[in-house]
Amino acid sequence: MAKNMSEYKVDTEKLHKLGDYMDSLERGEGELINILREAQEIFGYLPQDVQLFIARKMGIPAAKVFGVATFYSFFTMEPRGKHVISVCMGTACFVKAADKVLDEFRSRLKIVNGNTSEDGMYTVDTVRCIGACGLAPVILVNGKVYGRVKPEDVATILEDIETDENMHSEVGLQQ
Amino acid sequence: MSKVKLTINDIAVEAEKGMTIVDAAKLVNIKIPTLCHLNIHDIKMVNRTASCRVCLVEVEGRRNLAPACATEAVEGMKINTNSLRAIKSRRAMVELLLSDHPTDCLVCERNTNCMLQSLAAELGIRKIKYEGAMSEYKKDSSSQALYRNSNKCIMCRRCETMCNEVQTVGIYSAVDKGFETVVSPAFGLPMLDTQCVFCGQCTQVCPTAALTEVSHVAKLWEVLADEDLHVVVQTAPAIRVTIGEKYDMDGVDCTGKMVSALRRLGFDMVFDTNFGADVTIVEEAHEFIQRIKNGGRLPILTSCCPSWVKFIEHQFPNLLDIPSSCKSPHIILGVLTKTYYAEKYNIDPSKIVMVSVMPCIAKKYEIMRPEMQHEDQRNVDIVITTRELIAMLTEAGIDFKALPDDDFDNPMGESTGAADIFGTTGGVIEAALRTTYEWMTGKELKEIDFHSVRGLDGLKEATVDIDGKPFRIGVAHGLGNARILLDNIQEGKEEYHAIEIMACPGGCIDGGGQPYHMGDIEKVKKRMEAIYKIDAAKPLRKSHENPYVKKLYEEYLGEIGGEKAHKLLHTHFTAREKI
Ligand code: SF4
Ligand code: SF4
Ligand code: FES
Ligand code: FES
Repeated sequence: MAKNMSEYKVDTEKLHKLGDYMDSLERGEGELINILREAQEIFGYLPQDVQLFIARKMGIPAAKVFGVATFYSFFTMEPRGKHVISVCMGTACFVKAADKVLDEFRSRLKIVNGNTSEDGMYTVDTVRCIGACGLAPVILVNGKVYGRVKPEDVATILEDIETDENMHSEVGLQQ
Repeated sequence: MSKVKLTINDIAVEAEKGMTIVDAAKLVNIKIPTLCHLNIHDIKMVNRTASCRVCLVEVEGRRNLAPACATEAVEGMKINTNSLRAIKSRRAMVELLLSDHPTDCLVCERNTNCMLQSLAAELGIRKIKYEGAMSEYKKDSSSQALYRNSNKCIMCRRCETMCNEVQTVGIYSAVDKGFETVVSPAFGLPMLDTQCVFCGQCTQVCPTAALTEVSHVAKLWEVLADEDLHVVVQTAPAIRVTIGEKYDMDGVDCTGKMVSALRRLGFDMVFDTNFGADVTIVEEAHEFIQRIKNGGRLPILTSCCPSWVKFIEHQFPNLLDIPSSCKSPHIILGVLTKTYYAEKYNIDPSKIVMVSVMPCIAKKYEIMRPEMQHEDQRNVDIVITTRELIAMLTEAGIDFKALPDDDFDNPMGESTGAADIFGTTGGVIEAALRTTYEWMTGKELKEIDFHSVRGLDGLKEATVDIDGKPFRIGVAHGLGNARILLDNIQEGKEEYHAIEIMACPGGCIDGGGQPYHMGDIEKVKKRMEAIYKIDAAKPLRKSHENPYVKKLYEEYLGEIGGEKAHKLLHTHFTAREKI
């Protein structure tokens, strides 16, 4: 059934914005990827209902949209935290106990299900080798590389992020 | 068509331009192994993913081996299908597939019937070289109809082609990446929560046991062993012409032996779904004439196919006033067994177990629908497919070929030729026309065969003259064709008076629960011929002439289309989500 926008369990205003973007596009190769990019830009991630909306509006199977959304690593189906910590699980990092680092982050942030902390502040996920094997184990904090990370360093790293956060909000730089 | 000359293993071949190397090799009786490749031309099912690479051959002058299923045979080519390199590469491809495949062949649904298994045997694979991590996916039997076990998926993507391109239902897509890639419905949903119509056509093309029916054999054995229960079986029109294939009787009408076999399995009564089909026709013809007389909604659509019904519910929810409200023949026979038959012979309906042997997987889903119930009794309790019945016969050690012929039981064992043709595309509408014509004109229909609605064309049309008025008939089989027909109706491009749709290409003879034809469409054609032969040989060929149907209305139902008939034999439809 063609649904009304209000029947999707997501922000209607954002959905309208996505709809307008889709209307402005010319049909063609790569269209779906662009739409998904824009959707992720608008919603921060790709909720199921947004994928359904896209599928129905384009007249293609929802499975196809889901297929593309799962194929590219830059799409995510979970809401992302404000801070994203990615732990490399490539071979070099793995043998240097990257999994211990990962566990430490998850337990400190009390992440049990999924990858995002309950307050929505942190997402902890894993990546494949990022080509900095010499620094193994490697993590990325909001895109910035940290090398030779030990589980004992996790607490300090989290503290640093928080201090940063406070500084920014104090001087009103937070966007 | 222009020709090209080439050699395969030093044998000269003259192939048609555009042919693949696989097909060219067949011309000189060289078999190149294939797995993912499938081309069923008559129903436009062509899988071109070329993903498995078990068809690699050597082409002189090329550095890399070529996949023979996807490489065109061109003028002057010199091909070697059995160079050491080709043999080794093909084996390596199969070994790679096996390294991520459960090796539980002994207890697998497709044991002795699996293309991966036979390929491994043909290529003489004796050990699995690459031991790696195995993918582990959840199995899905949520629908009680279609069973999905992705652990056995080899990513040939035939199911995707069948579902998305032929059926246009669009359930599957390859999802995720790398080693994790798997064919899955949207959001990894259980099949029951999707718009899957359970036609089971994906099980017909899946080379392994990744997609099969949810089996109800174990449950049925228990029921048969319970002395307390009165177990009644019925068989669909399309079972009698396919069950023989297992015993090298392709295209043979095996009605008599099939009935014998069912008695040997221990069923208390053997009824014929065909009887239900004759009842369906008198109800449907009545409804059709009413709609014409009262200026009701036209076209009328036949509603015997539960897949097709689910399809319209999801895809065309605003057209739900056009299908006939008749239940499908096996459901009708089920209701009548638990009411008419039970009352007539004084049997407690709660002790009756109604079992349907169907060519179809969707019927397993259909019997679970809340509408298919009468006074707390399910109309039908268990559905097994032709494949499951054959498995039971094998397990019971029944020598099918040697069985004597036997007859169905009355009062619901007699049927007309009109019911027999329900099993093939075009049959339901032809049966309906035979009755509608005579009822509307009051005259005898002399030319009883409607040839224009027969055959394997995806969309068929006919104009039938009834009392000087032209009636436009449309027939579609395969849901992609049905979609074209319905789009045209919705957009007002075409007008019809009556339409028949069957979800499976070819109709029930090629149903999702029928013996695997492995892409051999000739088998389906033979099944169709057999059905029309049965019809032609019947003394009665119009549903309304069935003496037992007349008796049913006289003794029990009253008026055709009357109140009791409506209560027991009719249903309604529900708009469903597109997902
Ligand atoms: S489920 Fe079967 S048909 Fe579909 S991709 Fe897997 S092996 Fe092929
Ligand atoms: S049963 Fe039919 S509709 Fe369902 S996934 Fe298979 S082909 Fe598609
Ligand atoms: S393995 Fe971690 S950076 Fe290469
Ligand atoms: S059969 Fe040719 S690539 Fe699979």
